[in-house]
Amino acid sequence: MSMTKALVPSHDRMNALDLGGSAKDFVTASIGKQLFGIPVLTVQDVLGPQRITRIPLAPPEVAGSLNLRGRIVTAIDVRKRLGLRDREDKNPGMSIVVDQGGELYSLMVDQVGEVLSVPQSAFEQNPATLDPRWREFSDGIFRLEKTLLVILDVNRLLDFTSSVKQAG
Amino acid sequence: MDDLLSEFLTETSESLSTLDVELVKLEQNPNDPEILSNIFRLVHTIKGTCGFLGLPRLEAVAHAGENVLGKIRDGELIVTAEAVTLVLESIDTIKYLLGELESNETEPDGNDADLIARLNHFADTGELVGKGAAPASAAPAKPAVKMESVIDYSLDAEMDIDAEPEDEPDPEPTPAPAAAPVAAPSKAVQTAKKPAAEAPKAEARGEAKESSVAAQTIRVNVELLENLMTLVSELVLTRNQLLQMVRGKDDSEFTVPLQRLSHITTDLQEGVMKTRMQPIGNAWAKLPRIVRDLALEMNKKIDLQMIGADTELDRQVLELIKDPLTHMVRNSADHGLEDIPGRRDAGKPETGTVTLNAYHEGGHIIIEISDDGRGLNIERIRAKAISNGLATESELDSMADSQIHQFIFKAGFSTAEKVTSVSGRGVGMDVVRTNIEKIGGTVELKSVEGRGSTFVIKIPLTLAIVSALIVESGGERFAIPQISVLELVRASSNSEHSIERIHDTPVLRLRNRLLPLVTLKKILGLDDTAEAEQAVDEEAFIVVTQVGTYSFGIIVDRVFDTEEIVVKPVAPILRDLSLFSGNTILGDGSVIMILDPNGIASKTGEITVGGSQGVESKAKTDGSERQTTSMLVFRAGGSEMRAVPLALVARLEEIECENIEYSNNRPLVQYRGKLMPLVFIDSSYQMKTEGRQPTLVFQDRERTMGLVVDEIVDIVDDVLNVELTSDQDGLVGSAVIDGKATDLIDAGYYLELAFSDWFGNEETGGEKKRVLLVDDSPFFRNLLSPMLSVSGFNVTTVENAEQALELKNNGVMFDAIISDIEMPGMNGFEFAQTLQNDEAWGEVPIIALSSHTSEEDFERGRKVGFSDYVAKFDRDALVSTLIQTLAAV
Repeated sequence: MSMTKALVPSHDRMNALDLGGSAKDFVTASIGKQLFGIPVLTVQDVLGPQRITRIPLAPPEVAGSLNLRGRIVTAIDVRKRLGLRDREDKNPGMSIVVDQGGELYSLMVDQVGEVLSVPQSAFEQNPATLDPRWREFSDGIFRLEKTLLVILDVNRLLDFTSSVKQAG
Repeated sequence: MDDLLSEFLTETSESLSTLDVELVKLEQNPNDPEILSNIFRLVHTIKGTCGFLGLPRLEAVAHAGENVLGKIRDGELIVTAEAVTLVLESIDTIKYLLGELESNETEPDGNDADLIARLNHFADTGELVGKGAAPASAAPAKPAVKMESVIDYSLDAEMDIDAEPEDEPDPEPTPAPAAAPVAAPSKAVQTAKKPAAEAPKAEARGEAKESSVAAQTIRVNVELLENLMTLVSELVLTRNQLLQMVRGKDDSEFTVPLQRLSHITTDLQEGVMKTRMQPIGNAWAKLPRIVRDLALEMNKKIDLQMIGADTELDRQVLELIKDPLTHMVRNSADHGLEDIPGRRDAGKPETGTVTLNAYHEGGHIIIEISDDGRGLNIERIRAKAISNGLATESELDSMADSQIHQFIFKAGFSTAEKVTSVSGRGVGMDVVRTNIEKIGGTVELKSVEGRGSTFVIKIPLTLAIVSALIVESGGERFAIPQISVLELVRASSNSEHSIERIHDTPVLRLRNRLLPLVTLKKILGLDDTAEAEQAVDEEAFIVVTQVGTYSFGIIVDRVFDTEEIVVKPVAPILRDLSLFSGNTILGDGSVIMILDPNGIASKTGEITVGGSQGVESKAKTDGSERQTTSMLVFRAGGSEMRAVPLALVARLEEIECENIEYSNNRPLVQYRGKLMPLVFIDSSYQMKTEGRQPTLVFQDRERTMGLVVDEIVDIVDDVLNVELTSDQDGLVGSAVIDGKATDLIDAGYYLELAFSDWFGNEETGGEKKRVLLVDDSPFFRNLLSPMLSVSGFNVTTVENAEQALELKNNGVMFDAIISDIEMPGMNGFEFAQTLQNDEAWGEVPIIALSSHTSEEDFERGRKVGFSDYVAKFDRDALVSTLIQTLAAV
């Protein structure tokens, strides 16, 4: 498995992934039993549990804000964003920090896994039957050996204006 | 040295070094139009600036040089080594002159007629005159022939200078009053008169000279400074964080180095702040010109006074207030000042004055913009407010002048009779206000009709670091900018200050005012359970906050100390949360949201347009800016709503039915050691037989009366507008209160029911005093006359001033007059003025009755002859004032 230099940050893409390279690297994260992938170049940081300040009146998906080395990062509860129920165990979870337009956001997930390099040949478009909300946030699916990797479209995940209309 | 001059020197010496290089390049590539036009532009700029600064000698040289370059650019002349030498010579002369300017702050004596003549000759013929003689240092030789060209040039020079004096080509400019549109070097009041016309005569006055201006200043990209500021802010935060960690550990080895770090950080912070500080005069530089043009266009004489131009503030703030300031000065000059005939008619000097005054006051900078013009025209504002649907006539009637003035800050509000090229397009003051509020500032307005208006702008010195109060609510901490915090009050159920409730709305009595309160927890949706409310009543901290003229209290759970914070904007996805102005990182490293008092005020329904006295009990606000009356709404006998002005009700009680006794078939209760008669809303009313019966207690002197009702519904603040008057006993009329048709009961009627002798038969000890009540509202007449009768006065009521004057003409005499202020036709002020010197009634004391009692009204009232001023609903005050006034006569 070789690194491709043809990777582009997710915000440079429109809908489909750049299919030119032979393999792609993703930081994997799990929520419940589902495995998600975020393009490795968009990821700034991976954090353990953090002290989060609640923001009253903010959309429910916004968990709050936290201080990452002097920068204020807005924490997004990806579970809520995907319309999943709150987790039942007490595990504090982890976060993946991404940069969008100069602002940092921390995506709260259950667990952050390894960086996977997946061959382009394993890519599939979203199945037509996928839940509309998921379809909006998913950039496509990679078939891994034992499981499926859903690629998160970070831009859309953080675009609260359009989702209000669609998911609302 | 004059700021503008030193700036000019810095800039010009930079251009000149570029010029040298460019000219040499030009010699090598004589046909490169780009280089040529670059050179031309540089020389042109120098010429233009000289003209502006009043440096005729420099300008003449630059002009001649430019002339040659212009010809070259147009292809009329060919670039030759000689030509370049000649132009370079003129550049050298310019340099020499600049050097002199820098050391002496004036142009040296002498002239450059020789050089100019040669330049001109070259420009005209393309040939050089003889050989390059005297260098630029120029002996003051002045051959008459060459003189003419100087004059020619001065005449067609773009800047249109007054022609050079003909007998002496280039005299030392006489020390004319500094007229350049520049910030004064010191605190001196600078008077800018017709700046453009006289500008060339300006003269740079000497303070201690600086050796080399150009070498002492460097130009730095603003962005660099901004970054530096951000970095320093971060450093300050980190320092705070460290200090917090060490705090409490006395013997830490870090204490000493940390203290040092702390000092250095503070110095650094100050230093960097200073790099961003600029005199406010920079924002004013354009104003004299604007005012002058405006004066010409509008045919006015305007004197622009600028005081405190050297007051410094952060350049970011400066940028943001530049436009609002320009707009306001323009407004003052255009709308505020009358034209010459207008001023003459008003008995004012022909020249109107617009004064700008800037000064520091406790971490803020205050800018006052005042004019001595006509002031705001209340009538026009009223008319406009009505036509724009911002308020109804009756709402306006109950507003104080200062409240009506506030309408000019509404969008689309321009009362200029005609749209001029300068103003009157209806965009303006609202934008001004928004812009100023955006940077945490406030605008206040004072205006006296006929005497002028004053705007007072208060803005923070810098936006980067603000001091904030840290509070806790619902387990979360929040920062409130210190600028909007007036005071902190600790309220608990057993202390002097306790939170009271009207219906469910908490209020606080603070220095004889009712302060509306908002519960932070509730508006932030953190906790709105009943227990939370309960806990608040027991003990709470109230942050008294002011937004514009409206003050209110924010109930919080705890108050920590104040902290310096760096305001950071919130993430874009949170931008629409109007309650927060930003967020920041505290000393302990946690993120905290910064509350926006403006947002809270508008969220809780209040109105940025509040009266200074507009802090009445707000049970419900209807979101508009109106003078309202607190009405107690209740039900009694039937489902319809009834109401009575809250001010008339002494207390609300619940009476145990079993305690009701009867005497002479009339129900009574023992109340506070006395017997209190109970009355019903009508004769068919059925009282409960058991349980508690809510009762409105009316009190007057020693007597109390209880009006039995079914249920007290609410206390509503609404505009009182009696729409239907009624003939039915006990009803004054009907009004829409809180959106529902409501009967207004006539308290006087029920008082009479309780005590047949309530009115009259009182032991007044002698003759009753005769009182004339002038009020256009039947409601108030009905309300006040029984009240006054009760107090032992013989009351006559009339609807308006005209009727009152009729009574006077009929020879009727009174001991005192009570008059409303806002009345159709002749208003209260005019009425009082009419009576002031009257033979018959001149000595009769007049008490003004108004729903607003601001200082201003008060003063005005005094001036026209009112003996006193009483709020409309303050019946006790009215009676006691009346008694005092009559006793004094």
